[in-house]
Amino acid sequence: MKDGSGEKMIPDSRIRLARNSRRGKDEITDGVAVGPVDGYFSGPMSPVPSGNPSSGKALSFDAIFAKVQVRFPSASAGSAPNGAQWIAVQPHDAFAVADFLKGEPELSFRSLCCLSGIDLLKLPPSEKDGPLRDDLVCAYDLHSFEHGHELRLKVFAPRLDPVVPSVESVWGVAGFFEREIFDLLGVVFPGNHDLRRILTPQDWVGHPLRKDYVYPESYGGVELKREGQTFDSGPYK
Amino acid sequence: MNLEREGDYITLSMGPHHPATHGVLRLEVTTDGEVVKACKPDMGYLHRSIEKIGENLEWYQFVPYTDRVDYVCSMNSNHAWVCAVEKLLATSEETKLAIPERAEYIRILFAELNRISSHMVGLGSATMDMGAFTPFLQALSQREFINDIFEKTCGARLTYNYMCVGGVVRDLHAGAEEEIRSMLKGLEKAMIDFNKLISSNNIFKARLAGVAIVSAEDAISYGLVGPNLRGSGVDFDLRRDKPYGLYERFQFDVPVGKAYAGVDGRLGDCYDRYVVRLLEVLESIRICRQVLDQMPPTSGVEDDPVGGWCITKAAQRSLRKPPVGEVYFRCENPRGETGYHIVSDGTKFPYRVKIRTGSFTALSIFEKLVPGLMIADIVALIGSFDIVLPEVDR
Repeated sequence: MKDGSGEKMIPDSRIRLARNSRRGKDEITDGVAVGPVDGYFSGPMSPVPSGNPSSGKALSFDAIFAKVQVRFPSASAGSAPNGAQWIAVQPHDAFAVADFLKGEPELSFRSLCCLSGIDLLKLPPSEKDGPLRDDLVCAYDLHSFEHGHELRLKVFAPRLDPVVPSVESVWGVAGFFEREIFDLLGVVFPGNHDLRRILTPQDWVGHPLRKDYVYPESYGGVELKREGQTFDSGPYK
Repeated sequence: MNLEREGDYITLSMGPHHPATHGVLRLEVTTDGEVVKACKPDMGYLHRSIEKIGENLEWYQFVPYTDRVDYVCSMNSNHAWVCAVEKLLATSEETKLAIPERAEYIRILFAELNRISSHMVGLGSATMDMGAFTPFLQALSQREFINDIFEKTCGARLTYNYMCVGGVVRDLHAGAEEEIRSMLKGLEKAMIDFNKLISSNNIFKARLAGVAIVSAEDAISYGLVGPNLRGSGVDFDLRRDKPYGLYERFQFDVPVGKAYAGVDGRLGDCYDRYVVRLLEVLESIRICRQVLDQMPPTSGVEDDPVGGWCITKAAQRSLRKPPVGEVYFRCENPRGETGYHIVSDGTKFPYRVKIRTGSFTALSIFEKLVPGLMIADIVALIGSFDIVLPEVDR
């Protein structure tokens, strides 16, 4: 379809099919075209769980943190009461740390699984890190295919001026995740090539996942609030 | 379609109501004749702010909403959420739940059955996008048998609300095991027929081979997950590599793309992703059979594996005061990794629920991948990625 003409391709592939077909014991091989499922159930089954294909060595959180701290002394380790651990960095370091985490061969965090934004405003003090009271947090959940280890990186952006450099050039998928956080939490990511709202309409006002978000009473001339309805019944009013 | 002319380029608006976009997805496509120059996906038409709703509901009340995150595989969405909450509860000794073994087996059985039915929709609609209508009907008729079994056990055919924190809502219906076995037998035969009908069809093959090639490097960078990632040759499956539930106990292969289309095909093209899904159905059949062989019998107690009307007493106690902190749980769904990042502040409401879905990240590669393709190949690409829009917009 893409290269060469369609007329030539069809007879060619028919010849190849006849030549390459693996003949199984099932009744499916009746001389017509045979596809990849042929003989699947009669074929050998590898002893699975065949183990993690990752060849490298999984590092513990402390070992990863030690590596990061050598390079970035301002990075700190944080933890939640339930034992979740993360590396916390300031926004101006975020890009360099992300680049380091991906590029360093022993860490090799090539996959950004999830980038979530969290508003700390109403969180009880026990979970907060020191003076950070009302920051907007970007939590990067990273995974390494080579070594099999995982890491959470957190960037604390001040609420009044939430600016975090974009890591789109490190992990391509960050572009969409950042747009989502920009949309729902209002963190600005300079360097993102297309920083627009992604889930809500372009003319939406406010950032719905902020804990001090005020529900709009109308949108585009349409009343959203029904008679007698209140928006202050949830746990975070 | 809206047409806008600018120099030699035409900007087309594909969707949001387009039969080949699998829902309300709009693609802003700039074309030079038949060749696409630029493509910007535009979504949000189905945004229901499920994450915000999650912050205002109690932990167990959120289960029906996870059904709606991806309604083609509701069981898997349920599974991901309850496992994520159980992972959070397991971080403290006081709230840790003991999940009955039979419930764990039922979860995996139903997750795999739902994976099969989801892949049936994916494969069927992919073939329909390519202009073949019969395989679509054949695939969907098999899905009906699976839906029948779900309906008998949990009463619903699409959004099940079946799993709950601490177990499942009710035991399998009487005679379910034999029913599932005979259904799997028919399914296996149907898959062989399906394969015979379409996989080696020269037109179908030529239509997909070598189209929209995703390299392994790009697939990882752009967060492709599940069958789309494996279609690019990356051998990674959360069920095997980061096992959750009881997945360690089962034997299965992880199908990986190998330029299946032959000489015209390239590793990571649309045909590879199609084949990976096809083979995954067979692997799921294998897992289902092992589950049925290994599953402990029901204890005969009325409320085993659950207690109470939909959630055990222990789970109710734990969920009233969960541990403070956060977890990120990754689950292998039909459309790849579904991740729940939950932050808990120790109350009976989640503080933050972030849902990471496979289709959302799959769309992020469009801007890079689509330029250079033909307009008709975009349809092949969407079909091979098996994008489900409610999962994108949430």
